[in-house]
Amino acid sequence: MEDIAIVGVAQTKYEARKYKETYYDMIYEVTKAALKDSGLSLEDIDNVITVSNDFFDGRTISSMAIGEAAGAHDKNISTVEGDGSFGAFYGAMRVLAGYRSTLVVAHGKGSEGDPRFITNAMFDPVYQRPLGIEAISAAALQANTYMTRYGISERQLAQISVKNLGNAKYNPNAHLAMDITVEDVINSPKVATPLKELDCSPVSDGAAAIIIANAEIAQKAKQPPIWIKAITHCSEAYFLGDRDLAVPKALQDAAQRAYKMAGIQDPRQEIDLVELYDAFSYMEPLWLEGMGFCAPGEGVKLTEQGVTALGGELPVNPSGGVLSSHAILVAGLARIIEATLQLRGQAGKRQVKSARTALAHGINGACGQSHCVWILGGA
Amino acid sequence: MAKRVAIIGTGQTHHRSHRLDVNGREMIYEAVNRALDDSGLTIADIDAIVIGNMDHFESINYVDAWSVEGSGGVMKPIMKVTTGGTTGTSVAIAAYYHVASGMFDKVLAIGWEKNSESDTTGAIVTCSDPVWDRYSYSGAIPSLATEASAYMEKYGATPEDAAYVALRERTHAQNNPYAHMYGRPITLQDVMDSPMLAYPIRLLDICPRTDGAAAVIFASEDVAEKLTPQPAWIQAASVRHTFTWFGDVDQRSGLQSLQRASQEAYRIAGIKNPVDDFDVAELYLPYSYAGLKWIEALGFCEPGEGPQFIRDGHTNMGGKIPVNPSGGVMSTNCIGATALLRVAEAAIQVMGKGEARQVPDVNRALATGFGGCWWSDVMILGKEKP
Amino acid sequence: MSDWRDQTEPLVLKGQIKLPYTWSVGETGSRFLIALRDEQKILGNRCSNCDKVYVPPRKNCGFCFKEIGENDWVELGTEGIVKSYTVVHFESPLQPIKPPFAYALIQLDGADVSLMHLIKDNLDRLENGARVKAKFADNRKGDILDIERFEIIREEE
Repeated sequence: MEDIAIVGVAQTKYEARKYKETYYDMIYEVTKAALKDSGLSLEDIDNVITVSNDFFDGRTISSMAIGEAAGAHDKNISTVEGDGSFGAFYGAMRVLAGYRSTLVVAHGKGSEGDPRFITNAMFDPVYQRPLGIEAISAAALQANTYMTRYGISERQLAQISVKNLGNAKYNPNAHLAMDITVEDVINSPKVATPLKELDCSPVSDGAAAIIIANAEIAQKAKQPPIWIKAITHCSEAYFLGDRDLAVPKALQDAAQRAYKMAGIQDPRQEIDLVELYDAFSYMEPLWLEGMGFCAPGEGVKLTEQGVTALGGELPVNPSGGVLSSHAILVAGLARIIEATLQLRGQAGKRQVKSARTALAHGINGACGQSHCVWILGGA
Repeated sequence: MAKRVAIIGTGQTHHRSHRLDVNGREMIYEAVNRALDDSGLTIADIDAIVIGNMDHFESINYVDAWSVEGSGGVMKPIMKVTTGGTTGTSVAIAAYYHVASGMFDKVLAIGWEKNSESDTTGAIVTCSDPVWDRYSYSGAIPSLATEASAYMEKYGATPEDAAYVALRERTHAQNNPYAHMYGRPITLQDVMDSPMLAYPIRLLDICPRTDGAAAVIFASEDVAEKLTPQPAWIQAASVRHTFTWFGDVDQRSGLQSLQRASQEAYRIAGIKNPVDDFDVAELYLPYSYAGLKWIEALGFCEPGEGPQFIRDGHTNMGGKIPVNPSGGVMSTNCIGATALLRVAEAAIQVMGKGEARQVPDVNRALATGFGGCWWSDVMILGKEKP
Repeated sequence: MSDWRDQTEPLVLKGQIKLPYTWSVGETGSRFLIALRDEQKILGNRCSNCDKVYVPPRKNCGFCFKEIGENDWVELGTEGIVKSYTVVHFESPLQPIKPPFAYALIQLDGADVSLMHLIKDNLDRLENGARVKAKFADNRKGDILDIERFEIIREEE
């Protein structure tokens, strides 16, 4: 893959309700901030990709709300409706195809709608929606499948919530940040077994932006460029009953192709940190297995052994992950941004030492039907 | 290194007002299979998929995920691109960039809509800002009507001028067995007598609501020529989705987004005089008055001269620049597919596969998309590699 | 230094999108739902290429992308095994029954994939591997809730 890099990043604070800002305001804020971060001007931005979801925004053609706010008034622009990591993928392809730079923006305001109704609409209108299924109950089915398959306990999974919500204390943008114990997670209100409240991410309001540039513009930018070594994505079947929910095959496919693209032979050794999409506690070990960092069923051991802790051998979600901040559609882009900050050495108290190669990850669709894998490298 | 990209095959359903025999996924499957057959490929040959439609018309959240069984996305990269009426061209352009980036060799672009499943106006009204525009905005037709009234006032165009556009589209559709309006010819008087919807727009001045899907396969220069004798090369792709608020659009001036997008595309492709340099144009004209005004934005003629240009027959089959040999949007309107059909039909013309609707000796074709807040997309296709 | 923003109350506009829909079930799905409604039978169909039986039945196989034939319809039993489940503890107007109830992925006898449905009774006996049987609704309309729910008939074998 040709030399393209992330040269500017910005995100809002993630919060339960940004009642003062509209989508436009949030996108304007992160666009300006990403430009400032990069040291580039609006003229250096050739084209824009926006990421939004018509259901969450209560608006068909949801991109209409924010194109102008992203500085796209007289520019080429398009919109991906799906997690921000996929939108950023499109933005990267446009730079590879000849644009000097792409600004990618994503926004989500879960506070303005009812996530149960909205996620119910992800399911098939004829066969599934009438059952009242929504994202959390579906995830619970996946958690049940995964735990039963490998004999994983709720206490083991609770450790992920403890780790990630604790890491979030060092992330000034995080929505939820707290010191909790495994007991706290186990005793939190039951949502849909085996998930309890503290196994689930919050719903956050927020926005984020990144600027992807070719080598020429990367040189002009003031931040050290973070090179994009690989990007892949893959989707598996749609009906939950058609899938083996304990084996994330789409992620396996995307991860293996990403390692090949980046020339990585031994991911556990060569990758210094992982920012993955942990919408629920069980997702972290499940995705780590899918990425090949350990054998199937062994994901929780990485947490138990301290491998994935902030000071461990392979820190996972130093930012606090999606478990601490979940602005729908933004969260995958936030993973890319955290990886970028880490590789730049700008992650403050949560900085992973000597971080040179990072894996960032996003998901789309129920129970991680589709996965997007990014491999980023510093100098 | 950026790759040059061509369309090597297309497929579409036979568009109709209600396709009750299939659900959305199954309808998409039809178009995809036709595109694969047209290209001589199987789904295994496809490296990535881009799909689009307008969400609230079928109320399916995460359509890329939902569609995989019919779109061919199981164990493949698939993503959703959606920008309202311009969705089809945005999808085509996204597929183009997937290939141009060098990351994928053969990419399937799918646009679809089952307009029969919803209250179209009810759904479209949600595109406007809930605080500022939604209470007063009542759907696509009144909004377009404000443009038509402004144009008539400024240049003295008449409903009969517009009716000639409607007649042309419907007449051309009689050569296109896929068109929704195939087999339903009309006369000029039919247009003038049809029920008034929102002055000056009458029923036959506006596009129908259709169930249909289109699929187009984009391939890189490394494989395109091996797969088809005459690929349709993408020579330019430009987009201007300029406005956020409906009130910011100046209806008394030309369609700004189309002016800007076409100027950029013409510059990239080396187009000096569109009427001479293009052999055919598939334009996204959702209503008849657009056929008068928007060709001015494209530089076919000066502002105000649209009506005469149409009456002189330049846009008919056999004319200087045949417009919409397929019958256009006014003959088939499955929104997510509509703009993609313009690209598909332009490619069909370049590839020489147009059969009864083929324009002779097509070297270069123009395709446009329209939607959203008066947004425009422009693509230029041709026989020659750029 | 304060500006007008600090003195302006941020207002909230309440609204709702209420849109009616008429989804096309398609011929394949219609045959399945009509069999539920009129015969209290659960039909699946088989991709002969992959030798995989689907329920609900599909017009084409998502894995090999081949169309599934006219002659490949299969009558499945009304019993199956629970492959995974979750007991829901929160209430929502979307739910057809009141919590606690369970969603389950149920592999019907004869099918190769699981069907998502509901279990209400004997939740304390619900476990993966339990055998369940479909209970049909008295008033059937040709939709997935013509199967009112599944009931546990035997714990894990």
